Amino acid sequence: MSRAIVSIQNVSKLFGSITAVDDVSLDIAEGEFFALLGPSGCGKTTLLRMLAGFEIPSSGRIMIDGQEMEGIDPNRRPVNMVFQSYAVFPHMSVTDNVGYGLKVTGVPRAEIDKRVKEALALVKLDGYERRMPGQLSGGQRQRVALARALIKRPKVLLLDEPLSALDAKLREAMQLELVRLKNAVGITFIIVTHDQDEALSMANRIAVMDRGRVVQVASPAELYEFPNSRFVADFIGKINLLEARVAGMENGRLLADAVGIGRVAVPFSGAAKSEIGLAVRPEKVKLDRSEPAVGRLKIRGRVREIAYYGDESHVFIEDGAGLTITANVPNDARTTQGPVAVGDEVWVSWAPADTLVLTE
Amino acid sequence: MKTGMLAEAGKAIGTATRARPKRRVLPLDYARRRSIQALLAGIFVFLYFPIVALVAFSFNNSRRNVTWQGFTFDYYVKAFNNASLHEAFTNSLIVAGVSTLISTALGAMLGLALYRFRFPMKGLVDGWVSLPIVIPEICMGVAMLAFFAAMDIQLGLATITVSHIAFTIPFVAVVIRARMAGFDQSLEEASRDLGAGQWQTFWNVTFPYMGPGLVAGALLAFTLSLDDFVITFFTSGPGSTTFPIKIYSMVRFSVTPEVNAASTVLIVLTLTLTVIAMVIQGRSGKQMVGK
Ligand SMILES: Nc1ncnc2c1ncn2[C@@H]1O[C@H](COP(=O)(O)OP(=O)(O)OP(=O)(O)O)[C@@H](O)[C@H]1O
Ligand SMILES: [Mg+2]
Repeated sequence: MSRAIVSIQNVSKLFGSITAVDDVSLDIAEGEFFALLGPSGCGKTTLLRMLAGFEIPSSGRIMIDGQEMEGIDPNRRPVNMVFQSYAVFPHMSVTDNVGYGLKVTGVPRAEIDKRVKEALALVKLDGYERRMPGQLSGGQRQRVALARALIKRPKVLLLDEPLSALDAKLREAMQLELVRLKNAVGITFIIVTHDQDEALSMANRIAVMDRGRVVQVASPAELYEFPNSRFVADFIGKINLLEARVAGMENGRLLADAVGIGRVAVPFSGAAKSEIGLAVRPEKVKLDRSEPAVGRLKIRGRVREIAYYGDESHVFIEDGAGLTITANVPNDARTTQGPVAVGDEVWVSWAPADTLVLTE
Repeated sequence: MKTGMLAEAGKAIGTATRARPKRRVLPLDYARRRSIQALLAGIFVFLYFPIVALVAFSFNNSRRNVTWQGFTFDYYVKAFNNASLHEAFTNSLIVAGVSTLISTALGAMLGLALYRFRFPMKGLVDGWVSLPIVIPEICMGVAMLAFFAAMDIQLGLATITVSHIAFTIPFVAVVIRARMAGFDQSLEEASRDLGAGQWQTFWNVTFPYMGPGLVAGALLAFTLSLDDFVITFFTSGPGSTTFPIKIYSMVRFSVTPEVNAASTVLIVLTLTLTVIAMVIQGRSGKQMVGK
C-alpha cells in the first residue's frame, strides 16, 4: 500500500450527549476508492464533514497529505466535496458553477475558461455551458457538482451519498461513470453510502460503521466472504444464521452443536466463546431431492415460498422446527418451470468451508 | 369585471340546463348562487368605488367636487405648479429614499441574524422585533414625539426619517426571514469548500439568494414610508411637511380636484412599486421551482 493521504487518528465527535463518531482510526492510501458504509445515523456524514472541515472533532487528529488539519478552514483544505443535495448554485450557469472555485481563488480568466472546458468534457457535459441548473436533470446537476469539485484538482474527493437521489438505472450508470472518472483523474475518492451494492461494486476498500464505530475495514470480497461480526455479515449481503454451541476443537476444525443440524465440524482458526453464530450465504446453499454427500452441512425441509427475480430465484425453505433457510438458485435454463416448487420436500446443504463462524 | 364574467357564466349555465331537471346548487358552487354574486358585486363597489371616484374627479373641470363638468388635466398642471405641494413631495421622496436605504440594510441584517443564529432568548427577540408591526401607529407616533422632546431634538426631516426607519425595519426583517427559510445551507458550505472565504461566500451565494427579498422589502419600506401619515404627523416640524400631510392640510380647506390629482399621483406611485415587488417575488419563486 502506498502512503496514507488521509489519516484519521482516534477521532470522536459528540453533539451534546450524542456520540456521532466514536474513536475512529483509519488510514486511507493515495489513489484508493474508499467507501464508508453503514446504516442510517451511524456517523458517516459526520466523519466526512470532519475531513472537509465543516465539523470539528471533539477529540483525535486528522492528517491530510501529511498535514495536521486542526484549525484549518474548509476553504484551505486540499479536499473537495460533492454534496448529497449537489448544492449547485441556482443563480449561476453551468460554466460559472464549474469555474467558481477557480474564480474565488483568483485564477486568471483564460486559465479558468480552459479548465472549465476540460472539466465539462471529463464529465461529458460539453454543450451545456450556458444552461442554468433549473434546466438540468438530476443526473446532469450531479455532473456539474462533480466537475466543480474536480476542477480544483483536490488531493481527495469526498462524496456524500452522491447517487442516492438518482433512479436505479441512472445510479448504475453513474457507478461505472464514477469509477471511470476516478481512474481518469487518479485522485483518492472517499464515498459515503448506505447502499452495500454501491460500495461493493465501486470501492477498493470499505469501512463498515455501526453506531459511530468502525467495525471492519476490508476489500469488498473480504468483507463479503470473511465478515468479522454478525453485524457486518448481516449488513453486507444476505445471510443464513444458525445459533450454535461450541463443543471443542479437533485438528483445526471447530466442533459445534447447531440448532436444526446437530453436531458439525467446520474449519476455524482462532478463539471462540461458547456461543457462536454459524452462517452461510444463500448462493452457496445447494438444494437436492436426495440426501447430499456425507460431510456437508445439511437440513431437510419444505419449500415455503419462492421469490422470482429473473436471473435467480430466492427459495425459502422451512424445516420442521420453524428454522428458515434461504437458497439463491440461478435460473440458468430457459424455462418457466423452476427446479423446485412450493411445498416440495428438499435437502438444503453447503460445504463446511463455506460456513462462516461468527464469534462477535 | 370579474363579477360580470361570473354572472355571464351563471346565466349561460342557467339557459343550458333549463330543459333538464334543475341541478342542486352545492356548497362549493359559490359562483352559481345569485345571492353570493350580489354580495361579491357589493363588496367590489364598496371597496373600489371611492377610489375610482377620487381618480375620476381629479379630471373634473370644476372647482367643486360634486358634479361632473367635463374632462381636464388642469388640476394636474395646477398641482404640479403648486410650490408647497412640490416641496412636500420632494420631502417625502427624501424621507422615503433615505429611510428605505437604511432600514433595508438594517432589516436585512436583522432578518438574516434571526434566520441564521441560535442565541439565548431568541424567542423574545423575535417577538420584540415584530412588535412595531402590531403596535398601533398612533402610539408609535406619540412615543417618538415624546422621545424627541425628551432628548431635546428639533423636529424636522431627520426625525421623520429616523421614525420611518424604526417602523419599517421589522417589515424588511420579516420579508428577508421568510425568503431565507427556503435557503439550502449546503450552498454556503459548497462555496467554502471550493475555496471561498466567508465574505466571498456571502456576496457570491447568500446575497444573490436574498436579492428578491431585498427588493421586495425595500419596495415595501418605501411605500410604507411614502404614504405614512400618523407617525409623520407627530414627528414633523415646521417646514418639514411631507406629501400625505400636505394633502391633509389641503383637505381641511376644501376638497378640490387638485387634492384628487395629488392623491392620484400617490396611488399610481405606490401601486406601481407594489406591482414591481410582486412581479419580482413571483419571478424568483418560479426560478426556484427547478431546484
Ligand atoms: N448538527 C448535529 N447536531 C446534533 N446531532 C447531529 C448533528 N449532525 C448529526 N447528528 C447526529 O449524529 C448522528 C450521526 O449522523 P450522521 O449524519 O453522521 O449519520 P449518517 O451515517 O450520515 O446517516 P444517513 O445515512 O442517514 O445520512 C445521528 O444520530 C445524528 O442525529
Ligand atoms: Mg448522511
